[in-house]
Amino acid sequence: MSHAADLPLWAALPVAALLLLGAGLALAGSIGLLSLRSFYERLHAPTIATSCGMAFILLASMIFFSVLQSRLVVHEVLIGILLLVTMPVTLMLVGRAALHRDRLEGSPEVPSEPSPPEDRPS
Amino acid sequence: MKALLPHPLLSAGLLIMWLLMQQTVKPGPALVGAVVAVLGGWAFALLRPDTVRVRRLGAILRLARHVAVDVIRSNLGVAQVILFRRKDRRSGFVRIQLALRDPQALAVLAVILTATPGTAWLEFDSEEGWLLLHVLDLIDEASWARIVQERYEEPLMEIFQ
Repeated sequence: MSHAADLPLWAALPVAALLLLGAGLALAGSIGLLSLRSFYERLHAPTIATSCGMAFILLASMIFFSVLQSRLVVHEVLIGILLLVTMPVTLMLVGRAALHRDRLEGSPEVPSEPSPPEDRPS
Repeated sequence: MKALLPHPLLSAGLLIMWLLMQQTVKPGPALVGAVVAVLGGWAFALLRPDTVRVRRLGAILRLARHVAVDVIRSNLGVAQVILFRRKDRRSGFVRIQLALRDPQALAVLAVILTATPGTAWLEFDSEEGWLLLHVLDLIDEASWARIVQERYEEPLMEIFQ
């Protein structure tokens, strides 16, 4: 394993930029998780980190190791794919649980069961 | 051939994934990967007998372009909402009528909508096709319904029908 100092400047610049951008977006997502008002709004915040934040950091990792080891290192793609495919499961589970609870409590902000009122005479 | 590889695309994907994880194409690991790929294909055949037909490369590319553009745009949008709080922003629920019924296509749509920050998939009524979304920066409901229907649903219908 070689050291980061061996990285030529032309590769170090994009790697650093991508890392900073990705980490910045992930930070924005975490701030959002703290600062947004309702539960449903907070659902959106972590998806920044799992979409663009993840993509930029993985891209930086691919460039870094490909240049250092002078061969194509692309297995980071797997992390991206697995994260992308599994994320909706958790998000939908959490979201639907919240929806169910809010409906049980009769919260006025939450829309009622499917079938919109204008289509069905109640 | 059909008996050995009931789901050739899935088996190919498993083999590629295995080789990527091993980071080598030496015969030993490749052979183990091939065994894993074949066994995976059999296991999948036990679970779900009907094969998925994916057609129209053009529609796939068009959808991928839409998604890439929208993910980047909405990332910036949501980061902006979080970092610079606007007073007039409002979030809310949107109900969208979908004609899409294919479970695989719906799964892809769910991945797209959750990967795009700013939209969260909450509920889908599979009998009548109502999808309940939560949108962080809601300007008007009708334009969101149009975005989902035109940008995602139409190409998905083309790909999976």
